[in-house]
Order: sequence, then structure tokens, then C-alpha cells
Amino acid sequence: MRRICSRPSIFCFGDFIMAKKKKTSTEQVIHSTEPQGINLDHSKKKQILENIVHGIFLLLGLIAVGCVLLITVYLFISGVPAIHKIGIVDFLFGREWASTAADPKYGILPFILTSIYGTAGAVILGVPIGFMTSVYLSKIASPRVKSVMQSAVSLLAGIPSVVYGLVGMLVLVPGIRKVFNVPDGAGLLAAIIVLAIMILPSIIKMSVTALDAVPKEYEDASLALGATPIETYFRVSVPAAKSGIAAAVVLGVGRAIGEAMAVMMVAGNVPNMPDSLFQSVRFLTTAVASEMAYSSGLQRQALFSVALVLFMFIMLINATLNFFLKRDGNK
Amino acid sequence: MGSIISVKDMCLWYGDYQALKDLNIEIPEKSITALIGPSGCGKSTFLKTLNRMNDLIPGVKITGNIYYEGTDIFSNDVDVSHLRKEIGMVFQHPNPFPMSIYNNVAYGPRTHGITRKVQLDEIVEQALRDAAIWDEVKDRLKKNALGISGGQQQRLCIARALAIQPKVLLMDEPTSALDPISTSRIEDLIMELKKKYTIVIVTHNMQQAVRVSDYTAFFLLGELVEFGKTDDIFSQPKDKRTEDYITGRFG
Repeated sequence: MRRICSRPSIFCFGDFIMAKKKKTSTEQVIHSTEPQGINLDHSKKKQILENIVHGIFLLLGLIAVGCVLLITVYLFISGVPAIHKIGIVDFLFGREWASTAADPKYGILPFILTSIYGTAGAVILGVPIGFMTSVYLSKIASPRVKSVMQSAVSLLAGIPSVVYGLVGMLVLVPGIRKVFNVPDGAGLLAAIIVLAIMILPSIIKMSVTALDAVPKEYEDASLALGATPIETYFRVSVPAAKSGIAAAVVLGVGRAIGEAMAVMMVAGNVPNMPDSLFQSVRFLTTAVASEMAYSSGLQRQALFSVALVLFMFIMLINATLNFFLKRDGNK
Repeated sequence: MGSIISVKDMCLWYGDYQALKDLNIEIPEKSITALIGPSGCGKSTFLKTLNRMNDLIPGVKITGNIYYEGTDIFSNDVDVSHLRKEIGMVFQHPNPFPMSIYNNVAYGPRTHGITRKVQLDEIVEQALRDAAIWDEVKDRLKKNALGISGGQQQRLCIARALAIQPKVLLMDEPTSALDPISTSRIEDLIMELKKKYTIVIVTHNMQQAVRVSDYTAFFLLGELVEFGKTDDIFSQPKDKRTEDYITGRFG
């Protein structure tokens, strides 16, 4: 008996067994000739359809992969020449960026340091708040409070970054100027605060998911040993969810380092070294965004190199994220 | 023999549903009391009431009294942490924390304020010895507790419960998730532990009740049908329902 069955699937196997059973009974063999013909035709058609759908899915899946590859290759091709011309040390560690001067300088150390400081600041400020919020939401809050607060957090994630920038510009920048009595409130501190708020949703959502996934049996065991609920959350639940929480932090770092619009609006956008919290500074992202429109020649190439550096940072962060998530999955 | 826990007219509701009805029972000290009965009869609920683990379930209402060494455990002066230190618990499924074997056992003592390394080492070793698992794990105390077998995990959980030096040990079907060999090791261990502790064990397995327990309480539909010496209950039950259950006519 011939059967179209290119790969061993449960269905084919089932059919096979049924066919075998049919053979044993003479009565059924006689009756089975006609249905089998239809069956064969049917399964052939099904297989062709299966293959077509398979192909469509593969094609669609390849679009995303193709885009990533294209962008990577493009960034390398356009970013490497300028680094070569400027010199990698001068480029990465040059302390001055003066792309439009008569004697142009292309040192991006100010941008790199600003991006690192800004992200670190946002993490230092945002992670404790996000972490505590997620412990509260996952373990302490009543179901009603939890659902209301989680919708609020989702809403926070949905606000466009230009709105963060706008609010930062109108509220935060003047606020910093008044509180700290500095000539201009736009600078590193304002950017850090805006970024800290922007990374809250990703940290909270992912940490809550991780904490919710901690088996209740662990917590019961701890409570039965006489630990209080708070002790239980911090000594059992949080350690059990630590991979997920670490991944949440890394995700937040990724969001912070890649943010352009909001920080451009509140950071002052001057290519200074980030010497103080109130210094007007420029991030890697905003360096590209603010000059690209009117750039030309080596300046334009150098902007691609800046983008390449940013891209490397993000790749590194993604690799770290994958590491944490994989470790979580392997447990 | 004196009783360490006495329950007086206790009722328990989950919302509108009455799960336990007018229970009166005296649990004798330094002996093993088995709670038997069909699924859903309230025996696990009753067990969890003794160390107030039911407090965690929303909608639970309890009336009546439970006295532990003469103190009403529902009184406002009672510190739940302290009560649970006195009345330890072992769960149905082995549930070691995802940390090292040592830290699992040391968790309880640390919670109750013991931080000195020497003292902790001593407590951990003693608890593991009492739970008859020391020889198997002494060379890998720093290894993750999730890496040992299910039977070992359950003995580790017993060690963890013993490390806070409770007087009573509640066990909720501690062998139902284990193979026969691990089960028999745990049964031996339970009988050994009765020298130092009062044990209340919920079991579905009537042979187990006969093998290990001194006293047996038979629950049915939230009521305590019969309570007495295990030998009496199984040889000459006073109540028809008990007889039907232990002879396998239902449940």
C-alpha cells in the first residue's frame, strides 16, 4: 500500500495503523478500495497545501532576519571607512567633537560616556523603583489594585517618547533649574530622570512576570518555617526569580541606551564631556539624529560610525539578555 | 499521655461552604496521629489550620478554639511566626527552595535569628542526621537541592522543618509523590522521630496509617467520625461509616 507521507507525523502513523487493521478483516478490505482512492488523493492535496503554507511562513520569517542582516552589513560598510580615516583611537577616545569646524574633530568619547552615564543613572534610579513596584504588584497588592496598576504601567509604556521629551522640557528642565539654582536645567540629570521613568514599564512588567512564576510551594514552605511574608518575598521569591529580574534590568538598559527623541529634548544636546550632572550633553543616539540632516562627506561617514558604535552596544546588551533568559529556561 | 493540641468545637468555612464541622479532638504528645478519610473530607484543611496556614487563603472563617499547650492559637497575642516555629510542616510534594542543600536547612534557623556559622553548621548537621539523609548529602551540602532525588528532597524538607526545633510536625501526605522505597524510608524516619516530636500525618494510604500511627482520626465530609487508638479503629471500629471506609467499601 502506497502512502504519501514525507515525514513521520502522528496523523500518518494513525492512518497506517488503521490501514493495517482494515487488512486483517476481509470484509473491510473489499469495502476499503473506494475510500482509499479518495484518501490518497486527499492526502496528496493536503501535503501540497502544507508545503505551500510552510514556504510562506519561511519567507515571512526571513524578512525580519533579512532586515537585520541588511542593516548590520550596511552599518559596517558605511561605518568602518570613517573610523579608518579618523583612526580608531582618535575616534573612540577623542574628547572633542567639532564636525563643522574648519579643522574638524571627530572624537566621540563625550557621546559614549554620556550614553553610559545616562543609562547607568537611569538604571540606578529606575531599577530600585521598578523592582519594588514589581514585588508589590506580584506579591502584596490585592487583585484589584494589581489590575489597575498594571494597566497604568502598560499605559506608561505606550506613551510616545516625544511626549516624555515634551513633559521633561516643560516641567523637569525648569524644575531642575529652580531646585538646583543652575543657569540651565537641560542636561544629564534631566535626561537621566526621563530615561529612568521610560524604562520603568519594561522593568516592572518583566519582573512581575518572573515573580508571578515562582511556585507557591516555595513561599508556603518559607511561611511554614515561621518566616513573615516580607521575609519570604525577599529571601525566597526574589532569589527564585533572579534570572528574570536580571533580564528585566538588561532590557531596561537596552531601552535607555537606544532612546533618542526624549533625551534630545531634555539633555541640552551640546557635545560636551559629561563632567557634571547639569552639563549640557549629547548621547550617541542624538549625535546621529541631530546632524544627519545637514551632514556631508567625512562628517556623514563619521555619523554612520557613531551609529555602528551604538549598534555594538545594543548587540552586547542583547547577548547579555539572551544569556539571562537562556539560563532561566534551562533551570 | 497528655495532649499537646486540643481542638474545641472548631468549624471552618470557605466562603459559604462549611469544610469542617464541630471538630473536637485531643492530639496526644510524642505520638503519631494519622488523619484518614476520602478526598475532600477536610483532613488537609484541618491539618493546615493547626499552624494557621489557612490564614493565607482568602475567605476562610474559623470558629471555635484550638489550644496549643494551653494557648489559644487564634488569640490576638499569638505571634504566627512563633506558632509556626513550634508547629512545623512538611508538604505533599517535596518543595525544597532552589538553593543549596545547606541553605535550605539553614533557612529556618536564620529566619529565627541564628547567624553564627559554627552554630548553623551544628544545627544543619543535626537536622540532616535526624532526617536520615546526612550520609547521602554531607559531601554536597553546597550543591543545589533541586539536583537530588524526590525521596531525598522530601527528607531534606523534613530536615528543614526539624532545623527550627519544632515540637509538633504536621505532614500532609508526605509520601504520596514518592516511590515505594523512598516511602518506606520516610515511614521508618517518621517512627524514629516520634521519640522527640508529636507528629500529625495526613494519609490516603490506610496501610501506612496502620504501619506508622498510634492514633487515627477518620474524617468524612468535614466531620470527625471516629478518633481512637489505631489498633482499635482498624480492628473494631465503633462507627459503621469507619468500617465501610477501612474495608474499602467507599472512598
